[in-house]
Amino acid sequence: MTDERLVQLITEAVLKQLGKVPAQCSQDEIVFSDNSMKAVDGILPDLTTPANKAQVTVKNPDDKDAIAQMKTKTSARIGIGKAGARLKTNTYLTLRADHAGARDAVFRDVSHDFLKEMKLFSVDTMCSSRNEHLTRPDLGRQLSDDVKRELKSKCQLSPRVQIYVSDGLSSQAIEANIKDTLPALLDGLQGFGIGTGTPFFVRYGRVAAMDAISETLDAEVTCVLIGERPGLATANSMSAYIAYRATVGMPESRRTVVSNIHSGGIPPVEAGAHIAQVIKTMLEAKKSGVDLQL
Amino acid sequence: MILKTRLAGHTYEFKSVKEVMAKANEQKSGDILAGIAAESDSERIAAKEVLANLLMSDLRNNPAVDYDIDDVTRMDQDGVNASVYNRIKNMTVGEFREWILDYNTKEDDLKAISKGLTAEMIAGVTKLMSNLDLVYAANKIRIHSTCNTTAGIRGTFSTRLQPNHPTDDIEGITASLFEGLSYGCGDMLVGLNPVNDTISSCSEILKRFHEVKTKWQIPTQNCVLAHITTQIEAVKQGAPTDLIFQSIAGSQKGNEAFGFTTDIIREADALLRVKGTAKGENVLYFETGQGSELSSNAHYGADQVTMEARCYAYAKQFKPFMVNTVVGFIGPEYLYDSKQVIRAGLEDHFMGKLTGIPMGCDCCYTNHMLADQNDLEILTLSLAAAGCNYVIGVPASDDVMLNYQSNSYQDAAAVREILGLRPIREFEIWLEKMGIMENGKLTPIAGDASIFSGKGGF
Repeated sequence: MTDERLVQLITEAVLKQLGKVPAQCSQDEIVFSDNSMKAVDGILPDLTTPANKAQVTVKNPDDKDAIAQMKTKTSARIGIGKAGARLKTNTYLTLRADHAGARDAVFRDVSHDFLKEMKLFSVDTMCSSRNEHLTRPDLGRQLSDDVKRELKSKCQLSPRVQIYVSDGLSSQAIEANIKDTLPALLDGLQGFGIGTGTPFFVRYGRVAAMDAISETLDAEVTCVLIGERPGLATANSMSAYIAYRATVGMPESRRTVVSNIHSGGIPPVEAGAHIAQVIKTMLEAKKSGVDLQL
Repeated sequence: MILKTRLAGHTYEFKSVKEVMAKANEQKSGDILAGIAAESDSERIAAKEVLANLLMSDLRNNPAVDYDIDDVTRMDQDGVNASVYNRIKNMTVGEFREWILDYNTKEDDLKAISKGLTAEMIAGVTKLMSNLDLVYAANKIRIHSTCNTTAGIRGTFSTRLQPNHPTDDIEGITASLFEGLSYGCGDMLVGLNPVNDTISSCSEILKRFHEVKTKWQIPTQNCVLAHITTQIEAVKQGAPTDLIFQSIAGSQKGNEAFGFTTDIIREADALLRVKGTAKGENVLYFETGQGSELSSNAHYGADQVTMEARCYAYAKQFKPFMVNTVVGFIGPEYLYDSKQVIRAGLEDHFMGKLTGIPMGCDCCYTNHMLADQNDLEILTLSLAAAGCNYVIGVPASDDVMLNYQSNSYQDAAAVREILGLRPIREFEIWLEKMGIMENGKLTPIAGDASIFSGKGGF
């Protein structure tokens, strides 16, 4: 390094310390006029809110109102703009946040406290872990002899209607809906004068585990309230699968399904009342699935 | 035929070619679910060693499903060119791998030898390839196909624009369509997966796609991916479509589970030649994915790579415009994590190319498998390097109807820039005319969907 260059560098460093940057080194500050959300009371806003997703973040659009109008027609993530040929930071982190929520809903268990509060005892299918539940649907449809004995000892036998709850692919859906759906369903059936068996919870359950449960308890109608595979829009969606005299190995077409139960779909209380009505119809017709005209 | 080997002092013996083929696979949860996977990594390598020393004729003579009961096997076996087959039948599978990779083996050689191969021969050599082998070998081959435009030309990388909507709302679909076009997506296809599998809904959406394509003079193809019988009826009633779509499997039983027969595909193809809107000769679109045969119990004890190769042998019979594996859609019981999905994507693309079909890939994942956006992007870049014809584009990667994640509208643009690839030429000229693309790069106005709606659009 030459002496001249050294002097220049020292001068620059001193000027910088004094807060005076030499003119030849100045650069325009990089400013984005982005409408990213601002902190309120010292906390950054929630990326997953509808307000965040409703923003049009295209830079200098031809017609911003037209894009805002288009966004009202679909839940797809449009009108988002770009950073080079990539997503903007807000869009990217919102996508990752929604995916993280969906993943957590799959991989978490329904909490012990929740089951205690709902007075549901818990049994497992033949799966022994969450990963086995995801990779061995065959085991998620079966119960061990020990579990069958436990069910027989703890539950009312030969009920007209056996209702139970299962995690399926979203524990979060169970915790979000069961407090509303289960009492509404039980009340609805009681109102129709239809007796129900002892409710319980099945961990690592697939839909068809209801067939083994129906056979074990000799139920006329079996109904499982089960978490659906989460999407990015919601991880709270639950379904009810209901069948008349379900048997192991029966065709899937014998199940009647009420799906999309969550606060943004069929509200959980209404769903309970609706399922009660479906079960009443099913008991009268003595059939279910495609054979049952609803 | 030797089905026995020693490895590190341990003896491994296999009962059949089918068992060798299954156990030679890289680990897949679907093969474990089927109860046919290798029980240890060492057994897997022993199976690869046995496979490498089998003759190509051994693989031809042991199809996964019997000739007498399966039309996929019959069409594949009957279509083999005897003189081409005779050139390679006495090669070992290991020698065939080296021949494919050899500097002296050029694109024309690979395309010529393809006529002498069955699905099992293609699947077999795939099991001996590493991931980079699969990219390297596939990159030698380009398969062209022509509908309104010609896809698959070296130097191009295309996208299917997938403007799905949770209730098939026509204005919502159109909004996502405009958004995708504004990012330079859709040169391969504008194709929607409908919620409602009805003739009227399918027709309404096709009509809108046709109107947009005509109004803006977009050189591309349109399709609505309803069930094949629904599409046939819609076309008979006058709906404008360039392509007819169907999901296919690697056995007749698997195809029956999808609700169609070979005759129905032939009917669709013949119908489009009379009533379709396409100019070119390739008017069918197929989707596949490892594991679908097992899910309908139509796998006959064979592994999912072999069954997937059979899908391509079947597809080849109908000279499709496009075929893609929907590689991460099926779920963790078939492909457990990103490692398995990336492997499957590279296998499927290579096998499709060697079969001679125009291969794309839906690089995707569901929320109950161990994969995320980072993994999907690695697969996309690898496939583009391998010369994959196309990937999918959805708004910000989130498909709000199918509830899974695929490539974003931005991804193809980034990959094109990185690897020096372009859209199909006619489409690129159209993008330049619209001001969306310049010298292969997106312009500042790219991503502004209001350039379509604001000027008297729909």
